[in-house]
Amino acid sequence: MSVDISTVKRVAHLARIAVSEADAERMTGQLNAILGFVEQLNEVNVDGVEPMTSVTPMAMKKREDLVDDGRKAADIVANAPIHEENFFVVPKVVE
Amino acid sequence: MTDLTALTIAEARDQLKAKAITAAELTGAYIQAIEKANEALNAYVVTTPEKALEMAKASDTRIAAGNAGALEGIPLGIKDLFGTEGIHTQAASHILDGFKPHYESTVTANLWADGAVMLGKLNMDEFAMGSSNEKSYYGPVKNPWRARGSNADLVPGGSSGGSAAAVAARLCAGATATDTGGSIRQPAAFTGTVGIKPTYGRCSRWGIVAFASSLDQAGPIARDVRDAAILLKSMASVDAKDTTSVNVPVPDYEAAIGRPLAGLKIGIPKEYRVAGMPEDIEKLWQQGIAWLKDAGASIVDISLPHTKYALPAYYIVAPAEASSNLARYDGVRYGLRVPGKDIIEMYEKTRATGFGEEVKRRIMIGTYVLSAGYYDAYYLQAQKVRTLIKKDFEDVFHAGIDAILTPATPSAAFGIADQDMAADPVKMYLNDIFTVTVNMAGLPGIAVPAGLDARGLPLGLQLIGRPFDEETLFQTAHVIEQAAGKFNAPKWW
Repeated sequence: MSVDISTVKRVAHLARIAVSEADAERMTGQLNAILGFVEQLNEVNVDGVEPMTSVTPMAMKKREDLVDDGRKAADIVANAPIHEENFFVVPKVVE
Repeated sequence: MTDLTALTIAEARDQLKAKAITAAELTGAYIQAIEKANEALNAYVVTTPEKALEMAKASDTRIAAGNAGALEGIPLGIKDLFGTEGIHTQAASHILDGFKPHYESTVTANLWADGAVMLGKLNMDEFAMGSSNEKSYYGPVKNPWRARGSNADLVPGGSSGGSAAAVAARLCAGATATDTGGSIRQPAAFTGTVGIKPTYGRCSRWGIVAFASSLDQAGPIARDVRDAAILLKSMASVDAKDTTSVNVPVPDYEAAIGRPLAGLKIGIPKEYRVAGMPEDIEKLWQQGIAWLKDAGASIVDISLPHTKYALPAYYIVAPAEASSNLARYDGVRYGLRVPGKDIIEMYEKTRATGFGEEVKRRIMIGTYVLSAGYYDAYYLQAQKVRTLIKKDFEDVFHAGIDAILTPATPSAAFGIADQDMAADPVKMYLNDIFTVTVNMAGLPGIAVPAGLDARGLPLGLQLIGRPFDEETLFQTAHVIEQAAGKFNAPKWW
């Protein structure tokens, strides 16, 4: 399978990465090189093979359902580019 | 007095304990060495000399009081991927500009609890994506090694290139690193240092910037096998904050060093003999086999039939996980924000400006393979192949193999700005051909220097072990180290 430039632009938008026409063109070639490389996986017979979900055979760890962390809003917003009164500030989303 | 930076961790530990040197003196020697060398090598992106001296003085107080920890007063460099409270943590990316976490990663917290001293944050490929350390926002790291009679700059490997270069150039006693597809072992091999990627689940991933969560593991890069064992003992733990942290006690890895190899079965996988591999590497591998045989191990030819599919499967699984993990860099919660006319444009401009080329490429691949209509063909197929790769290893371990010996890399260090690598991303990816299988199967792997090539550049061998059997790797790697000797880069910087 290979991608064309319009697919690359669509994927870039899904990934929320702005691309120029020149970026998209360059990426098309590079992505096709990588997709060409991974194509060989189709040779492998995977009939009856389960997809891997965990490399370690272990049950998902569970913990007590209790509050043991929190009340650190100031810590959480401290690294935000713009914040006010412990809120993240973003451009207007709803008209 | 001799140069304190020449001491290994084990030697420094003994001298500190005997009060022959102080932690402040040792740390001072490294701070000076970094000041002199870092402009040339670019191994550190940030140094923390004041904090280091403060920590060293506290170590001296604890040593005097008789309650020294296992790494008391040992100065370490920390890869920029580890969250360090109040200190630059940017995964060498522009998108994390100014990020100073309000928390400490579990691995670094373990090191400080054992008395280690932080010298600063080490350069790396952006978000740990790369095999040459040329993909850092802070510029490439130079390998302390150069080919004999040449002054051309070589890459230190990646993504933990800063860690490997700093250890090789004695700009820290040891360093933390991480390995998603070979990012500890390949740079260790390129710089004549020892690097171990432990079993998945051995070191907590909590507080480490995530790349591909099912593959990422932290581990040390050190000057020798013993130092790597000492560091891993402190880094490893069972951590409730990481659901994949495995509840197995951490053994005393150092105690495994010096155990005889008699009775051990070492597997030699025929699939690791790849076309176009330099003769020097084939020779090194045969030499390694001979050393282990001489030490009493039995050598068994084995087959790992799905080896060649590990790298292509990795280039689906790792980008898929990365595209999901890196969705959090949105210009809202931390780091860089580039304004736009609305929130979508703000996201798109922030991510276009903040991520480097390689990171964007991998996010794009990951987004594509996870997108509607392609998930089964790519991601599901890759995860099935991954099951088969793991089964290859399980079969040989089940048949009685204790460890597997392979080359660590398909070549020695290459030049900075190598044209072939720059033109073709897949060519760069092939650097990880021998290491990536280990991440796909979650196994431990160690790279140990085993010789120099015809140009005088270091080459490494890799040992792959059973899950949670890092001890056999230290035991066996030490035998190779004893036979091969240690390799130091002639100082030019």
